[in-house]
Parts: sequence; C-alpha cells; structure tokens
Amino acid sequence: MQKHEKHTRDPRFHIVKRAGMSRGKALLIRFLAILAALLLCSVLSTLLIGANPLKFISTLFSGSLGSSRRIWKFAKDSAVLLCISLAVTPAFRMRFWNLGGEGQVLVGALASIACAYYLRDSIPNPLLLLIMLVAAVLAGAFWGLFPAICKAKWGTNESLFTLMMNYVATYLVAFALMEWTKADGSSTLGEVAFGHLPRLYNEYLLLILVVLALTVLVYIYLNYTKQGYEISVVGESEKTARYIGINVGRVITRTVLVSGAICGLAGFLIVAALDHSITTATVGGLGFTAIMVSWLAKFNPLIMVGTSALIIFLQQGGAEMSTIFNVSSAFPNIVVGIILFFIIGCEFFIHYQIKSRVSHKKGGVGK
Amino acid sequence: MNGWINYLFNAIALGMTFLYGSVGEILTEKAGHLNLGIPGIMCMGGAGGCIALQLMYRSGIPPMLIVIISILAAFLSGVLMGAIYSFLTVTLHANQNVTGLAMTTFGVGMMKFIISKIRPLQYMYALDYFRFPFSDRTDSLKYWGVMVYLAVVVAIVASLVLSRTRVGLHLRAVGENPATADAVGINVTAYKYGATCIGSGIAALGGLFYIMDYSGSPEAYLNIEPFGWLAIALVIFALWRPYLSFFGSMIFGALFVAGSFIPGLLGLTLPMSATPLLEMLPYVVTILVLIITSIRKKRENQPPASLGQSYFREER
Amino acid sequence: MNKTVALEMKQVSKYFGSLAANRKVDLTVYRGEILAILGENGCGKTTLMNMIAGIYFPDEGQILVDGQEVVIRSPKDAFRHKIGMIHQHFKLVDLFSAAENIVLGINDGERYNLKEVNARVQEIAERYGFHIDPKKKIHEMSVSEKQTVEIIKVLYRGADILILDEPTAVLTPQETEKLFAILKRMRDDGKSILIITHKLHEVLSLSNRVAVLRKGEHIATVETASTNPAELTEMMVGQKVSLNINRPEPENTQDRLLVSDLSLVNADGIKVLDDICFTARSGEILGIAGIAGSGQRELLETIAGLQHPAGGRILYHNPKTDKEEDLRDKTPMQIRELGVRLSFVPEDRLGMGLVANMDIVDNMMLRSYKRGHSLFVDRKKPKDLADRIIRELQISTPGTATPVRRLSGGNVQKVLVGREIAAAPTVLMAAYPVRGLDVNSSYTIYNLLTAQKQQGVAVIFVGEDLDVLVELCDRIMVIANGRVSGIVDGRTATKEEIGVLMTQTRAEIESQKEKEGSDRAEA
Repeated sequence: MQKHEKHTRDPRFHIVKRAGMSRGKALLIRFLAILAALLLCSVLSTLLIGANPLKFISTLFSGSLGSSRRIWKFAKDSAVLLCISLAVTPAFRMRFWNLGGEGQVLVGALASIACAYYLRDSIPNPLLLLIMLVAAVLAGAFWGLFPAICKAKWGTNESLFTLMMNYVATYLVAFALMEWTKADGSSTLGEVAFGHLPRLYNEYLLLILVVLALTVLVYIYLNYTKQGYEISVVGESEKTARYIGINVGRVITRTVLVSGAICGLAGFLIVAALDHSITTATVGGLGFTAIMVSWLAKFNPLIMVGTSALIIFLQQGGAEMSTIFNVSSAFPNIVVGIILFFIIGCEFFIHYQIKSRVSHKKGGVGK
Repeated sequence: MNGWINYLFNAIALGMTFLYGSVGEILTEKAGHLNLGIPGIMCMGGAGGCIALQLMYRSGIPPMLIVIISILAAFLSGVLMGAIYSFLTVTLHANQNVTGLAMTTFGVGMMKFIISKIRPLQYMYALDYFRFPFSDRTDSLKYWGVMVYLAVVVAIVASLVLSRTRVGLHLRAVGENPATADAVGINVTAYKYGATCIGSGIAALGGLFYIMDYSGSPEAYLNIEPFGWLAIALVIFALWRPYLSFFGSMIFGALFVAGSFIPGLLGLTLPMSATPLLEMLPYVVTILVLIITSIRKKRENQPPASLGQSYFREER
Repeated sequence: MNKTVALEMKQVSKYFGSLAANRKVDLTVYRGEILAILGENGCGKTTLMNMIAGIYFPDEGQILVDGQEVVIRSPKDAFRHKIGMIHQHFKLVDLFSAAENIVLGINDGERYNLKEVNARVQEIAERYGFHIDPKKKIHEMSVSEKQTVEIIKVLYRGADILILDEPTAVLTPQETEKLFAILKRMRDDGKSILIITHKLHEVLSLSNRVAVLRKGEHIATVETASTNPAELTEMMVGQKVSLNINRPEPENTQDRLLVSDLSLVNADGIKVLDDICFTARSGEILGIAGIAGSGQRELLETIAGLQHPAGGRILYHNPKTDKEEDLRDKTPMQIRELGVRLSFVPEDRLGMGLVANMDIVDNMMLRSYKRGHSLFVDRKKPKDLADRIIRELQISTPGTATPVRRLSGGNVQKVLVGREIAAAPTVLMAAYPVRGLDVNSSYTIYNLLTAQKQQGVAVIFVGEDLDVLVELCDRIMVIANGRVSGIVDGRTATKEEIGVLMTQTRAEIESQKEKEGSDRAEA
C-alpha cells in the first residue's frame, strides 16, 4: 500500500495524435532535425577523425559542390539514386515493401550488358541500345513478378522474398562474370565497347535529363491516371478496394511489374550511360538507400528530387572527408545513417503532440 | 576425419552465426517488432567485440577473461543498437522497416569504419582463445569454440523463457495483442524495449562469432551483412520458435558451405562458375520456404499478430 | 441499508480534440450494488468507464477509491485499486488458453505454474456458477465463453469493482439470464458492479440504481425501484422526442431483389447465414433488425458480391430489360457490368466505404473512376458532385480537398450516403447508417432514404434502434443467429414483437418453421 503515495500525483504529460499540421511547420521540424543531425555528425567527426566541426561542414559542401566536376558527379549520382527511388515508389504507395530494388536494378544491368556483350557490333548501335533497354526492362519486371504473384495469391511476405531475390541476382551476376572471363579467370569484366548511349555535352547530361523526365512521368502516373488511383486505393485500404470491385491481386502484380520495369530501366542507364561494365557491386546498396529516399519524400516523386540530392550530398561530403582524413570509405554511411535516424524520429513530432495536463486544463475549459 | 562429418561439423559451426541472429530476431518479433537492422546489429557486435579485444591486446588479462569481456562488449554494442531502434519505433512510433534499414546502413558503415582503424593483429591474436578447446585442430572441429556452446545455451534458454515463464507469456501477449497486454497491466513499452535490446544483444554475438571463431580471417568483417538478412528469413523458417531455429540454422549452414564441400565429397569436378550458383542455394531455399509457409496457413504458425504495427494506447 | 462508498468520481471530464466525451461527471458507487450506466449510443458511457479502468486518463477531475484520491494511469493501477473492466470487445489473446489469458499480467512473485492456475480458475468458476475449460484456446471459444474468461480474469485478480460494457449485446437470452444470475451472486458477495447498457428492461430487472448519461453529462442517479421506463427514457433522450419520421405509402412496388435459401460459411467454418429468404421491393424500405452480429453485415456483403455464399440464389429483376440476373458469386465489378445499379453503405464507413486519407473528391470517384476509355482520371465531374453533395447535404468541411478522416462522423456518413445515392441506384443497402450521428444528421439520412424509396428504389435498411425501424420501414425482417425469424409489417409491428423475434434461438426458429409447415400440410 506504500506504492499509493507514489501514484497520487498527476502524470506530467501524455501523447495525443495531431489532427493535422501545416506544411510549413512540418517542413521546419524536418529542417531542424537535419540541422541537429549535422551537429551530432560534426561532433562525432571531431571525436572519430579529429576534424573540427567547421571543417566538417565546409567539406560537406566542397565535396559535392566544390568544382564543376564535383557538381556534375553530384547531379549524376543524385539522378541515379532518384531513378531507383522512382522505381520503388509505385509499389510502396501500395504498401508493398519491395526491398528488392537492388536486385531488380542489378538484373536489369545484367540483361543490358549481356546484350552488348553478345551482340557486339553485329547490329547498329541504336538498335542494340533499344534491345538492351527492352531486355533490361523485362528483366527488372520479371524479377519483381515472382514476389508479386506470391503476395497476391498467398500473401507471402514480400519484404523477405524480394530481399532474397537481391542475393540471387548478385550470384547470377557473379556466375555471368565467371563465364565471361573464363579465359583469364579474373572474374572482372573490362569496359564493353558497344551499346554506349550518345554523349550530350558530357556523359552525364542525357542520363540526368532522362531521369527528370521520368520523375514527371511517374508523378503523373501516380496522381492522374486510373492505375495510379487504384494503387492509392489499394495502398490505403484493401477493404475499400474490394468493396468497389478492384481486383486487388491484379493491381498488386501490375504495380510491382511497373516498379520492377523502372528498376530495369535504371540498370540499363547505369550500364549504357555510365559503367559499360558490371560487377556484383554495380548497384552498391542504392536499392536500399532508394527505399529511404522514397519514404522520406512521402512517396511523392517531385519531393524525391530533393531527398535523393540530400542523401548524395551527404555521401559525397562524407566521402570527401574520408579521403582528406584518410579514413575508411564507410564514413559517409555513418553520416547518412545518423541523418536518417533524426529524420525518422522527427516524424513523431509532426504526427503526435505531447500535451501536459496543466496546459490542457486551460485549453479545455473554454470549449 | 571423414569428409562428410567434417562437412557436418563445419555446417553446424557456421550455423551458429545464423542461430544468434535468428534467436535475437525471434525475441524482437515476439514483441511485435520486425527489426530489419539485424545485419547492422551483427556488424556492430563484431565491431564492439573487436574494440574490446584491441584494448586488451597485450594487457596480460587471462584468455578466458578476454573472451568473456569481448563477448560482453559485443552484447552491449547490440543492446545499444537495439536501444536506438526501440527509441525510434516504440517511443517515437517510427516505421519499423525504414528504421531497420537505416540501422543496417549505419551499423555496417560504423563497423567498417571502426575495424579499419584497428590492425587485424590487435584482435586476431584472440582467435585461439575463442576456438578453445579445439584451437589446434586442423579440421572443421577447430570452429567448435566456446561461442558454439554459448549459442546453443542461448537458444535453449530463450526457448524455455518463451514457453515456460511468466515473462515469456507476457512477451508473447505483447506481440500478439498489445492492447490486451496493456489492459491487464503489462508494461508494453518495457517489454518491447527489453525484448528488442536483449534480442539485438544476442544477434550481435553472431557478428563476433563469425569474425573471431568461424572465419578467422582479417577480412571476415566485410562478409557479415548477408548473414543478418538470412537470419531474419530464418525466423519464418523456424516458425518463431528458438528450438526450431537451431535446426534451421544447421540447414542454412549446410547450404551455405555446400559449394565448397559437396562437389569434393561427391567426387565431382564442377567448373569454377558453378560456385556462385551453389552459393545461391540458401537464398533460393529461403524463398521456397517463404512460399510454402504462406500457402500452408496454420493458426499456430503465423507471425505474432501485431508484427510491424506500432502501438499507441489512446488511439480511438 | 448500510452503504459504504466504494468509488467516487468528481467533476471528471475527458476531451477528444475539441469534442467533450465527458463533462464534469459526478458518480458514486456503493459496495454490494449493481449500478447501471444508462445512455444512448455515443453518450460517453464507455469513455467514462474507461477512465476508471485506466484506459483513458481524465483531463479534469478526481477519482476516489475508498475515500482516497487515486490516479489511475493504467489498467494496472486500476487493478491495484481492485477495479476490473470487461470490455465490449474482448481483450483476449486468441492463441492463448483461457488460463493463460486469466493469469496474463499478474506478477505475484510466485512461480509461474499453469496447473495451479487451472485449479484456481475452477475454484472461482464453481463459486459463482460459471462453466469453463481452462485449457481451451480462445480462438476455439464461443462469444459467451470468451466473456466468461473475461469475467474470471477480473475476479482472479481479486477485483471488488467490476465494470461490464454492454455485456448482453452479444448473448442469447438464456446466456443473458445466466449472466444476470451470476452478477447477482457477485453483488450478494459484496462486489460493486457497474453495467453499461442502453437496454431499459435489463436495467429494470437487474440493477439497484441507475445513472443516466446524456451527451457526456451526468443527468441523474436514481433508485431502480422508484423509477419507470418513461422517466428513464426521458432522462436518456432529454425532452421527449417523438421521432415523427415521414413515411409515405409505398407506390408501384415491384419485386426487385429476390434472395432465396442463401447460406454463408465464414473463415472459421461457422454458418453465419442460414437459408435466408426474402424479397426487396422497389418503392419500399425493408428494415433488417437483429442483435448485433446476427449476420446482418454478412448478408449485405454477400449481396454486394464481397462474400461467396455456400448456397442459395440472389436474383435481381432488372426494370429496364425485365430480365432476371443471378448476382451470386459475381464480383462487385461484374455486378455493375450487368447493369445492376446496386449501392451499398457499409457499416465500416472509413475502413470500407471510404478511404480515410483521401479527400472528398477522390472519395467521390471510388464508384465512377473507371468510366470512359481515357488512361487518366477525370476529377472534374467528381469535384462537381462533391460540391453538390456538400451543398445539398450541408456537410461542414473546409473544402473538397479535406481528407475525410478529418470530418466528423455525421459528415463522413453524408459524404458516403451522398455518393451512393448519386450513383442513381435501383437497390440501396445501408448498414447502421445513423450510428454515432447526432439527431439532425440522422434525420437527414432518414429523409434521404425515404426520398430514394419514393423514387422507386428498393431500400434495405439495417438498423439497431427499434423505434426508428418501426417508424421508418415499410416491412421489417428480423434476423436471429443467421436465420430469418420473421418478417413483419412496419406499420403494425410493435417493438416488443420484434424484440421477441430478435432473441429467438435457432431451435425455436426451426420448430416454428416446422409447425408452419405442418399447419400448411393440414390445411
């Protein structure tokens, strides 16, 4: 009975859901979160690698924007990440947790490079590029098809399924590399001299323009087409979708196919515009980063332009830090991880409100 | 040693990496949280353990104590990661998938950063301590060090706690139906934090085991991530039961090393390029298991009912 | 009588956003009494009780147990003060056994031993007259068994104050009788029992005192012996409201929907619909009455093409072609493609009828978005429709771009009903369309339904308020346990008559049917 005493005081605060928050205020909270995260990162970088906070911030900027070459690289990397983010978005809108972007991009890239590798100059380059594109898109879609069908039919856990498909794709690439380099046994494929996309000013601009156009297309697809509308309905409430007669299984399958196809396209772009080769690390975790880019943008393609740029900005800045201070190239991942924690955490303050009992008394009586 | 037995011993030893990861994830999922950060957490476990080993390098501390301290350090690194995850998903109601992925990004990066700063010599010295009592064997038995037995003990204890104790009953209730658990006065938040942190601590041991016992190579730390993903998948394979996860782990271990044993054992000469295809096996089998369990829907074999959803009491 | 106060609430208030669920409520509970908490749906009964049970935390006011102020922040705190609540939606873990559920959350420092728990559960059961198998899993239990588990759970913790939230809503009359006997035994054992209900006859037959709530406020607490139904009703609804629902005579009725021998088995293998036969006619409102969960929802969903019946036929008579179509086993899309204009206002408005996070315009499109061959959706017409419905039904909203989840319950329902009517249906099904709505909104809905009937629509109205059913409907079909127990004329039927039909058991319905059959044979 002694415990009673302890409990006869009011709890200081409790948590309630917000009815809604103005966009400006929400943006401010996110901005503050990023600021706080950067502060923590700069403190950490002082502790871990002995760089003072100012140096950290200035390196971040110079890493991405320090020279025209860096700006181009920044724009190119952002575009690639944006492209993959766009790809995973339709499925996420439907609450289909496609963690397989990585593998879908990789098989797209593999299909593209395989076309270039085998067809070489037997056909004209534009035709080759077209075949590479189609092969990549089909391969990406095909990689998403299995998990989608199983999800639609039996409700198979899609996140783990797609995750495993990533590794299957990785080993498939490893297999292809071994087959192709049997002669020297090096397992590394040099630059394939065929199926290069034409240069437009430099090798990056065409890619960037294509991705920007794709952004607009995906935005229109999701917001203004019947299929996009169906995706939203299925994502928000499967029960409602059934009630109005949407064939939920079909929408799931179709949408994941679209997602996979765009992933394949991303793979094609990586191969035909940038790498002209393939390794098991061609996608290098971008498939996972894209999930977070998409989620941070609340699955809105236009906002993703900003979020993907933010992530790349941090990664390049971090990479610059690791070069200057001669530390592990994994340093940028730490920075990105911390920023993500803060942004993820700050959502709470946008959706919920901490109310103290005292202040509520004042507000409550008037009503 | 007979080749097949050698293969079996190797498979079981490697399986312990999965066992740590999956037992940890089972505890977390029993509390209703799907932690996709396990790969990152296992990495951090390895990093934590290695830092401890480096600090004890040439310190004159008895080997047994060195092993215990570094195991504790790995466990605590996992607990720390689990605490971050719990704070975000339990207290701040963040999306579990996204948080988990961010944990993995962070954890993998952090580990690579940390271990790159330590010279391998400064932690690899303890390899023989970990492989006690079989450190001087040359066959697969050398992997049967202290952490193999620890893994089995952890799995058995976790199994008993879940099925035979009040704490286990409460934890299962939290994962099945947090509102009900809350209504009968179970501190849902505390259980979620507790299960996630302890689960993460256990998973973290998997990373240390892989680096300091099974692999024994200075580059081992670069290969931990896939074990984390497979450990998460293994949970489904094991129907959320630690003792089944014990058998699942061995099967996964056997599949994982099949590529380097089976052809030799069967006297086959496979082309080099067959290796990646054999390495694909565990992932393909996992996919098949995922599909089969989803087709055969049994009431008792389903994930905890509230898995993936955050719990907010004043929801109306 | 020697009365000791067990629990007291003083000036307790609770707000949800700007809505006051409870306002300055005072309540006193004595030892050894049954106190009924009476009030209409949505008057704040459950919220008030939830504050005693630790589910909600009061925004203002005090709660006293045994004369001492207490803070009940969680159900655990409530148990510490020997308060236990049996919720309407059972809070049980389906995968656990009865005994596991009963000990869940108890930490008495003793070793966890299920055998001892089983024995103690049996002991409690015998003391008060329950029947229970402690080892049975919850998901294998009937509703009444689950309720038993809930009550024993509370008793096991030594609760002296028991709160029951509408315990009879899901019970058969026999089960109700048994429960009441048990509750009386507990009262005589010195326990305080609070029972939330809106059924007058239960209040009168069971309770010692009645506390009446209206719109979140405490109106009065009276001795049951010194009150009568009329007085209680008046306190419950405020000034005596004669419903006065306009009910024109049906004109040009024509059989529109013919349902025969319809049966449905749910996922758990239980027969939820059993040989349902009825006809819905154009120009008429057919009411469906029954205890909650008797199969009303399943019936409407089956007709709408959302469930696959195990047997029977659903024939639709198309007034345009004069042909009959079988709707059984067709998807909602196929039904629409047949030219059948079937509108359905489901019970779960935000979860099924609407998409909570979408705005009004996008919700308007749900039915019509597929029209035309364009790849793109046309938001112009839905926008016009949204504007029109907002104007005509006086929906209060900041604009058409507001997500419907931000609207109040009444406005949400107007959006839904407005959309379903805008589809110009020939059959309109509405499940509990006025649940949780204020009086004004309710009348708007009644008038809309009546207007539809006058336009020749076959209206099917599932209701829970018998007063409304007998004033609104032309015919009333009563469902009990998934079977039709009777179809009565809305103009002549009495509430008592319907009430009797509602509580019939399967056996009773069957014997009645047999009797009718033999009567017919004799004739």
